[in-house]
Amino acid sequence: MTDLAQDLLSSFVVAEAGLNGAKNLGVVNMRKEALDRFEATGFPTTRDEEWKYTNLKPVLKHDYKIMLKSESAVSFGDIKQYLLSDLDTYKLVFINGKYSSWLSESTHQSYDICTFAAALNKYPDVIGEFLGKAAPKGETFVDLNTAFADDGAYIRVKANQTVDKPIEILYITTDENGTTFSQNRNLIIVEQNAEVQILERHQNLGGAESFTNFVSEVFAARDARVSYYKVQNDSDKASLVDNTHVKQATGSNVHVGTYSFGGKLVRNNLHFYSGGEHAESHMDGITIIGDGQTIDHHTLVDHQEPNCYSRELYKGIYLGKSHGVFNGKVLVRQKAQKTNAFQQNDNILLSDKAKVDTKPQLEIFADDVRCSHGCTVGQLDKNALFYLRSRGIPKREAEGLMTYAFASDALEYVKIPQLEKRLNGVIAEKLGINLEFAL
Amino acid sequence: MIKIKDLQARVEEKEILRGINLEIGPGEVHAIMGPNGSGKSTLSSVIAGREDYEVTGGAIDFEGEDLLDLDPEERAHKGIFLSFQYPVEIPGVTVSNFIKTAINESRKGRGEEPMEAREMLAKMREKTALLEMDKSYLSRNLNEGFSGGEKKRNEIFQMAMLEPKLAILDETDSGLDIDALRIVANGVNKLRSEDNAVVVITHYQRLLDYIEPDFVHVLYNGKIVKSGDKNLALELEAKGYDWIKAENA
Repeated sequence: MTDLAQDLLSSFVVAEAGLNGAKNLGVVNMRKEALDRFEATGFPTTRDEEWKYTNLKPVLKHDYKIMLKSESAVSFGDIKQYLLSDLDTYKLVFINGKYSSWLSESTHQSYDICTFAAALNKYPDVIGEFLGKAAPKGETFVDLNTAFADDGAYIRVKANQTVDKPIEILYITTDENGTTFSQNRNLIIVEQNAEVQILERHQNLGGAESFTNFVSEVFAARDARVSYYKVQNDSDKASLVDNTHVKQATGSNVHVGTYSFGGKLVRNNLHFYSGGEHAESHMDGITIIGDGQTIDHHTLVDHQEPNCYSRELYKGIYLGKSHGVFNGKVLVRQKAQKTNAFQQNDNILLSDKAKVDTKPQLEIFADDVRCSHGCTVGQLDKNALFYLRSRGIPKREAEGLMTYAFASDALEYVKIPQLEKRLNGVIAEKLGINLEFAL
Repeated sequence: MIKIKDLQARVEEKEILRGINLEIGPGEVHAIMGPNGSGKSTLSSVIAGREDYEVTGGAIDFEGEDLLDLDPEERAHKGIFLSFQYPVEIPGVTVSNFIKTAINESRKGRGEEPMEAREMLAKMREKTALLEMDKSYLSRNLNEGFSGGEKKRNEIFQMAMLEPKLAILDETDSGLDIDALRIVANGVNKLRSEDNAVVVITHYQRLLDYIEPDFVHVLYNGKIVKSGDKNLALELEAKGYDWIKAENA
């Protein structure tokens, strides 16, 4: 067992009584059981099939401070650049795991956009009904998070309501406490025929290493519509394991877009449980990383009911000595006839030192389904490059244009123009080109 | 305008051009004909600067400058244009954005200011009309899902927008029906002037009925083995290439 695992186990004893929800016996037991499971398994290693390509050792070796409760003097000016400043939004801002009411803009009026801490203490019925019901027991990082998490975003949109503006969730880490390990958790409940748009990012503002084990549970009831955008452009000191689990009912439509441009090591465990007919599950993303960075996308779509659609499109652009992993599993259960599942993962290596491991995984138990999958790893097409250059476009711009064109269809489902513009800006910056042509 | 002297080139280990000599002056139209595999497309690619070909001897002088030292984009900035035999599909880039980028990068390369948006738009309107293209072309992704004829027309549209000094049309007639051929040829003719030159690479006489050449050259086995006026093209049409092959066996 790693030192970090030992530290976590011993800190739990001290921390337990002070965690939010400590008066709720259900929550207390859930935490204990989750910790027991973690104790039994410990952190995964590369001998674990699911972690074969991503070695956590370099991340786990640091001496992290585990329980952060300290206030930090972060001003709006410090975080402004991580928010969509040209758009009015609800904001839930957490500094070192703790909710910052004065940087946030929450609401309880038509819908609850507030904190997981408040929900743990104030809404035992909701917690009992939903907490831990999407994220599965037995997944190490989920278990660990279940044991410790006591704050994060809580969003509940009642039936037939459309949240009037997007919600931005921002998790900030500072280095006042040295190297830190934090575990926040979102609980997002979107009731029948309700609609919401959510943006989320984690940002390490300091110079110290940080490691975040994050869980987000999303429940989309009948005909609910959810757009959930994850912008990952953290510093090269920041590592993240993001566990997002989406449970869908009949006719619901959920899109999770993951835009990964930064961080030291990022592992995205994104799972959809399609549990009602005519549900649509969309997941897509763009990854552009460089020297020393690792991004690992592990996705699962679990088709449990007939007549559902899932669409998965991940584009990766790898520069320098970077490493990408894509593992996309599509599970079609016997009952899930007429499933239509599409999966595509395309990668471009712009450097000899970059590496991608891509693995589509289809498990189909129904006989009347349409499932397509494909993955490609390549370089830019020489013919196309010559074509552009022969029209007067210099090599670097031609490469940028082609790379952008390669990636841009993964932005098709971004419904917030201000976000799309921001993402285009980041892409241009990462590729070192002027993207006027695309705007 | 362009002087090609004893040009030799190969791809990988295969010699393809074995000493091409060709001089083209402003205002002239040259046709280059020849059987498959004679080196026609290689010649056009080498002039445009494709890096797959290795030039092993000879020189190309373009308006007093050694062309072989320049990158493909620099050649384009100097006014060389190649209409591709197989235009490449570029999903995600619209025709209008592509042509805007190409024009402004070329202007930048020549030290000129970018073209005003209004002027650009007017020019696009004018040139699409010239080639009888629907304006919806402009918002389509470059060559993606285009028919063979649409791709070729799009090449000539780009030529019209870029106004090159030397345009090389590599089998622009292949894949065109007779109406499209007429439209494309008409477009090329409208763009001809005393200052620019056109090289038409083709298998058939057909295109030359519309774009009348001043000179016709026959390329065989990597060399120009015969040159003449437009009557040479008619002769080739009537007799085929066998007599050329026999003469050069």
